[in-house]
Amino acid sequence: MPTEFKPGCARPTGGPVGEGPAKNAAPKTTIQEKPREASMIKVGKKAPDFTAPAYLKGGFVSVQLSEYLGKWVVLCFYPGDFTFV
Amino acid sequence: MSIDSVFVHKMWNDHELSKMVEGGVPYPMLSDAGGKVGTLYGIYDEDAGVETRGRFIIDPDGVVQGYEVLTPPVGRNVAESLRQIQAFQLVRQSKGTEATPSGWKPGKTTLKPGPDLVGKVWEVWKTSMAFD
Repeated sequence: MPTEFKPGCARPTGGPVGEGPAKNAAPKTTIQEKPREASMIKVGKKAPDFTAPAYLKGGFVSVQLSEYLGKWVVLCFYPGDFTFV
Repeated sequence: MSIDSVFVHKMWNDHELSKMVEGGVPYPMLSDAGGKVGTLYGIYDEDAGVETRGRFIIDPDGVVQGYEVLTPPVGRNVAESLRQIQAFQLVRQSKGTEATPSGWKPGKTTLKPGPDLVGKVWEVWKTSMAFD
């Protein structure tokens, strides 16, 4: 499950796991009308996997969503620490 | 998960949240610098540079069963999230033979969709059950 890491001075970051949106391999002249914005998640479809650094009970750990396969997961986003509600 | 660093998460937990929840937050407080994961989930507000209040219920197969997204000033209802999880768990356990009608809570009647129930829901489910 979550693995501990020693934080350095750089802000630890994570991100999507697996092939993301294909990096523009096509020549620039190709017309690409595809909107850059990711579409909204769909219910009944797989949750995109990601890794993220986390604070957990006194330590810093690295978490990957797919480590939680076999369990129910509630993933909550919020605007920021110390925001009021 | 928010755009704050794990260091800020620690400060918030240690100085405020641990005063609300004994022992502090028991689950990982995830950091999403730049909103990369939030963008992936469609809840990152690029203009404000923060994530909106998105909540996703993910089942043991990694499938999104439900989500709710609120703008920053309105908080979530944890009891409703728990109710939904209980409902999804019941449906999963029944292997899809049961469904939870509007207003369902643990202990209340479920529906067993099938040919015999078509046009007969009114007999087993009353609108008052959506509110009690």
